Amino acid sequence: MKEESPFTYRDALQFGLIAGILVIFISLVGMVVAFNERYIVAQTITLGQIIVFLPPLTLGYYGARRAKGRQGSKGLLMSLLLGLVAGAVVAGFVILGTSVNLRTVFINAAPKLFDVLTFGRESAAAAALWAIAGGGLLAVLGGVFTLLSSWLRRALVMAITSVVLIGILQELLNITFGSRNWFKPVNEFFFEQKGLSWTGAIVIFVVTVLISVWRTFYGDRPAKAMSRMSPQSQRSIQIGSLVLGGIILLLVPRFLGPYPSEILTTVGIYIIMGLGLNIVVGYAGLLDLGYVAFFAIGAYTMGILTTVGKLSTMEWSFWLALPAAVLLALMAGIILGIPVLKMRGDYLAIVTLGFGEIIRIVVLSDWLKPSIGGAQGILQIPKAHIGGYEFKGPEQVYYLVLFGIALVAFVAWRLRDARLGRAWKAVREDEDVAEAMGIHLVNTKLMAFATGAAFAGLSGAIFAAKLGSIFPHSFNLIVSINVLSLIIVGGIGSLPGVVAGAFILVGMPELLREFADYRMLMYGALLVVMMLVKPEGFVPEATHQREFHEDEEEIEADSLAAETS
Amino acid sequence: MAILEVINVTKQFGGLTAVSDLSISIADKAIYSVIGPNGAGKTTLFNCATGFYRVTSGDIVLDGDSLVGLRPDVIARRGISRTYQNIRLFQNLTAVENVLVGHHPRMSAGWFGAVFNTPHTRQEEKEALGKARELLQFVGLNGVDKELAKNLPYGAQRRLEIARALASEPKLLFLDEPTAGMNPSETSGMTEFIKQLRDTLGITILLIEHDMRVVMQISDLISVLDYGKKIAEGTPDEIRNNPRVIEAYLGRGAATQHEAQAA
Repeated sequence: MKEESPFTYRDALQFGLIAGILVIFISLVGMVVAFNERYIVAQTITLGQIIVFLPPLTLGYYGARRAKGRQGSKGLLMSLLLGLVAGAVVAGFVILGTSVNLRTVFINAAPKLFDVLTFGRESAAAAALWAIAGGGLLAVLGGVFTLLSSWLRRALVMAITSVVLIGILQELLNITFGSRNWFKPVNEFFFEQKGLSWTGAIVIFVVTVLISVWRTFYGDRPAKAMSRMSPQSQRSIQIGSLVLGGIILLLVPRFLGPYPSEILTTVGIYIIMGLGLNIVVGYAGLLDLGYVAFFAIGAYTMGILTTVGKLSTMEWSFWLALPAAVLLALMAGIILGIPVLKMRGDYLAIVTLGFGEIIRIVVLSDWLKPSIGGAQGILQIPKAHIGGYEFKGPEQVYYLVLFGIALVAFVAWRLRDARLGRAWKAVREDEDVAEAMGIHLVNTKLMAFATGAAFAGLSGAIFAAKLGSIFPHSFNLIVSINVLSLIIVGGIGSLPGVVAGAFILVGMPELLREFADYRMLMYGALLVVMMLVKPEGFVPEATHQREFHEDEEEIEADSLAAETS
Repeated sequence: MAILEVINVTKQFGGLTAVSDLSISIADKAIYSVIGPNGAGKTTLFNCATGFYRVTSGDIVLDGDSLVGLRPDVIARRGISRTYQNIRLFQNLTAVENVLVGHHPRMSAGWFGAVFNTPHTRQEEKEALGKARELLQFVGLNGVDKELAKNLPYGAQRRLEIARALASEPKLLFLDEPTAGMNPSETSGMTEFIKQLRDTLGITILLIEHDMRVVMQISDLISVLDYGKKIAEGTPDEIRNNPRVIEAYLGRGAATQHEAQAA
């Protein structure tokens, strides 16, 4: 981040206002009340309360951190000031909301909301005082975090996060393991009817702290121990852990059951697409906003070639249609690639965006309705088979997806470090120079488009066989945007980043289904926060990580220098 | 024998003539310098010869084959490589990756070779990596293989750019103001280095340079451009005393004064 100016009282005021407004905002959009149904710790704290606490807490932390640069003690004072301001803003909102009926404009400003915000306090004055005091307290608490040494801070943040996460997961765990024998005692120990039990929460907290502390101080031991071993045993350990990882991955659906497997297959389909778009955007730097088109082409090819419904044509098997779907998507990638080769940046984005829409509209059109079903889509797409084994439900499709991911990830990984991957990166960095270095721009870009499109085609084909029927509305612009977002959140150009991004942006919302209304809001907020705090993504490529945390150099100045001589 | 011949080349941008009816001939293994005031058309000449601009008229011939109308990447394969006045490295690639990209036209692995990691690909990668390390050492960059290009100091970036250009095994190397922004000791180091390039690698060098000491010290032949026209050509000594050159650089007054002094 750039050089920070000293933190003044004005900044504290500003931060406080922001925190207060954030609380009001999440209240008015209804998140607080909706999330208040979910208890994290039984009868003690709800998810709604946590998201109310979050703004003063985090801004208190950041305020104190910035103020600390000058004087140690000043940080907490700033936090306090900031928190009091935030509390006052919320207090004002509570007083206004309880005395005037805001519901005509803000439907969520219901009495229930104010119950949550005031923690059940009746009189407005008491509630206001509570809010101010609470804001101050929370912000100071945030500020105190700056005083802790980093290992302790990390441990505490991890512990709180895992308590909240496990609290959120309660329902899913119940669905998944409810029928298992071993689950009952575990469940009774950790959970109450709604939320974690106190003992459960404390155990999770303590265990996480211990793990985190161990990792900070002794985390490098396994690596060190390994580096002392001979190359052969190092290699066999690597292979061993790979095999172990593979076995775990293979056993996952058996262990988890249908619902989590369903989520995993959805995530997996996005991972395949993400890996493909990562080649186009992350490696070659070609911003493609119409990526869903290739996904649709893959899905429709699979649908048309295999369906046994009223649109049936070939009635091929899944395995015969799969290469056809991939090949057709690949060709579509080349066909799209050719006209847009000369375009860069924004222009390319707009044209590809248009291409995505064209495909969607063509699919919807009456013109092709006799062959691809228009808005009614294609029904009765048979499931994939191997011999007698049918990829019927999510637990079986999981393996299909896993196979797809393994294949695609392998290809992406090999290409990344090869001559072609370097050429892509060179084109991303500076097209003109890449060309002057002997890189054939047309071929190189087309390879990126084609590879990316083929991956999407594979993903689409699996998607069609998984659902058994496909409809045009599954291939909206939003899919392209989701895929692009997950690459960015994970860390652009990074393979593990794609996986992380897919789990965060596709998996998490599935777990919070009841809050689907706020999905897009959280998405947006997450992206904005990410870009400010961790622009390189959650699991960045090694080089990118350095790039963002190095002080910015005078690249700007360099590129501005006139070309004339 | 001439390796590169520029024959009556004119390049116009709309109404502006950047290079006008220019002819030069560069001998094999020579260091040939092009000098001239800002806007004289020197970089335009580079861009024409490397295929970025298409000449309006005239011909550019490398080893007997015309380069006019060829794409930049084809010209690079034919054996012309260049550096840039304002360094244009692949900033977010490491030093060794930059050099490997330079080696791109001398490699052949494609999509399938990469995915299946064929013996040919493996062999090629290994050789390329060895060569890249060698080149980094040659230009005096040791132990920075894995450093991002943008994080290298200025002088090292200049050297890295030359290493990248050399990686394509060029016959002809275009250097666009290689000593720009360097202090006197760095400049003399670079001057020596350029000479060494020609002497040890046998590469022909076309040099654009503003620093007269550098030009006079290492050039075999110098052309002076002014407003896109060649106003003089000759050895360093001839150029130093040419009144038209002095006029172009320092103005008419200076030229007459110089003549008076000479007389």
